[in-house]
Amino acid sequence: MNSIVCLKQVPDTEAQIRVKPDGSDVVLDGVKFIINPYDEFGIEEALRLKEKAGSGKVTLVCLGPARCVEAIRTGLAMGADDAFHLDDPAFEGGDAIATAKALAEQIKKMQYDIIFCGKQAIDDDQGQVGVALAEFLNLPHACLVTKVEIAPDKKSCTVNRQIVGGEEVIELPLPCVITTQKGLNEPRYASLPGIMKAKKKPLVSVKAADLGLTETGTAAAKTKGVNFSLPPARTAAKLIQGESPEEKAVKLAKVLREEAKVI
Amino acid sequence: MGKGIWVFAEQAEGKVRKVTFEMLSAARKIADAKGEQLCAVCLGKDIAGLADSFAPYGADMVYMVTHDLLAQYTTDGYAKALCDLITKEQPSVILFGATVLGRDLSAKVAARVGAGLASDCVDIKLDGSGNITIRRPMYAGKVYADVIFPNASIIAASMRPNVLVPGAPDASRKAEVVTVTPELSATDIRVKVKEVVKTAAGKVDLTEAERIVSGGRGMKAAENFKMLEELAEVIGATVGASRAAVDAGWRPQSDQVGQTGKVVSPNLYIACGISGSIQHYAGMGTSKVIVAINKDSEAPIFSKCDYGVVDDLFKVVPVFTAELKKMMAE
Repeated sequence: MNSIVCLKQVPDTEAQIRVKPDGSDVVLDGVKFIINPYDEFGIEEALRLKEKAGSGKVTLVCLGPARCVEAIRTGLAMGADDAFHLDDPAFEGGDAIATAKALAEQIKKMQYDIIFCGKQAIDDDQGQVGVALAEFLNLPHACLVTKVEIAPDKKSCTVNRQIVGGEEVIELPLPCVITTQKGLNEPRYASLPGIMKAKKKPLVSVKAADLGLTETGTAAAKTKGVNFSLPPARTAAKLIQGESPEEKAVKLAKVLREEAKVI
Repeated sequence: MGKGIWVFAEQAEGKVRKVTFEMLSAARKIADAKGEQLCAVCLGKDIAGLADSFAPYGADMVYMVTHDLLAQYTTDGYAKALCDLITKEQPSVILFGATVLGRDLSAKVAARVGAGLASDCVDIKLDGSGNITIRRPMYAGKVYADVIFPNASIIAASMRPNVLVPGAPDASRKAEVVTVTPELSATDIRVKVKEVVKTAAGKVDLTEAERIVSGGRGMKAAENFKMLEELAEVIGATVGASRAAVDAGWRPQSDQVGQTGKVVSPNLYIACGISGSIQHYAGMGTSKVIVAINKDSEAPIFSKCDYGVVDDLFKVVPVFTAELKKMMAE
């Protein structure tokens, strides 16, 4: 099984995100970066498929600035075999669909059975790249996947995916694109030998020109974020006072009906 | 008349999703300001009975796209039927609900027709020059941004359910209904739906729920969630959970609210035994009224909610439930 895993480096979920005074962008100085948590499920699943098949390769593809090398090396330390880093100022300012287009051009040159993408990146929260990538590669896809089973003949896979109010089991021909959801697996940590080995694994830097793309980044983007702002802060809670928990419970019900008018 | 503003009218089992009406009401204002026609586009099989649902909320025109192969949602089937209609009719704006289906379909359609797409948005309006700007949370709600569409010939967005306020339906409004038979064949659909498992039959999904009762680490055990289910039953709420409760195995992952779970926007969110981590808040911070019940007065949730009860939830919740039951019966 040869798998491709698309990887994004994102700010840690704990990070406090700030906004430039003029609202033109967010400020990410000093923020700790991690592998997008949903992409880790993809790496783990790809490693498990390779281990189960007893052969094959796991290749990471990442688009982003130079700092992303750290996330890529972490993925290699988990056990991925090699990586392509789409690292070019020409990619800056691209939106999700422009990113998917660039990833698709890279992936068209590669041999693979299955592609994993996180269901969304936890910074932009768009959740578009996996689906758009499948469209640009003319492949079927399944979103929000929590279980993957490859058929014995390796020509198809059966996946479970979350839908409203339940779950759907669908069969897709390979190759296909899977977007991963929490519940798929428990991603492993990089081992110390893994970290040592990762330093020597192939990591190829790719430029926009290598992909034959003339329009990338801002020029290819059809959406642009402006007027970044912090959400209005909620003021501290009105605490319900009372002598006993029972009294507070009764008062809470009353206040929700009469003051908040939500009951 | 312009080329038209479209609202994708999502239906499941013959019932239109509420977010459709929310979007029609919001889009009606845009259509009026821009002098464009507002169209609802509904896909499925045996859906003729829904055709009159959309005019009262502002639709001027309704496309009913029906085909046997649309009986069940597949991205391939829906995307082909919708993209073919888009290519023919050339709308300027298409709105989807930011549901599981809507987010999947919108990304596919936008990639295929070359639309600019903003996902999971909370507002749509016109700027001073009459251009559409769309507001959306990023970083799980830690930041908001306005999205503009500089190079897009078609503007697409998925709108978060429960955020836009639907107007009162006007039963006297009428719309032109056009039935469309898409060119679809079985070979267009590459995936095969083998089984649909309903885990919460009859329950409103967290993402669409108007009221949510959520439990965290303070619930102490899976069986204690029965107390929250009883509360939820009384007020017609859906039960959610924090990551701690899910990781402890007390609740299924599909119940998780937060940055790595579901993002919800109910009118009322009742957090029981939840400390209120930044990741949890990211998933429910846009709720209209947040109530926290937690015995730890230092819990961060008390600085981010509207009403707080600092006390033992095991003593508060049963009395709270009983009191609400009385109120609901009045």
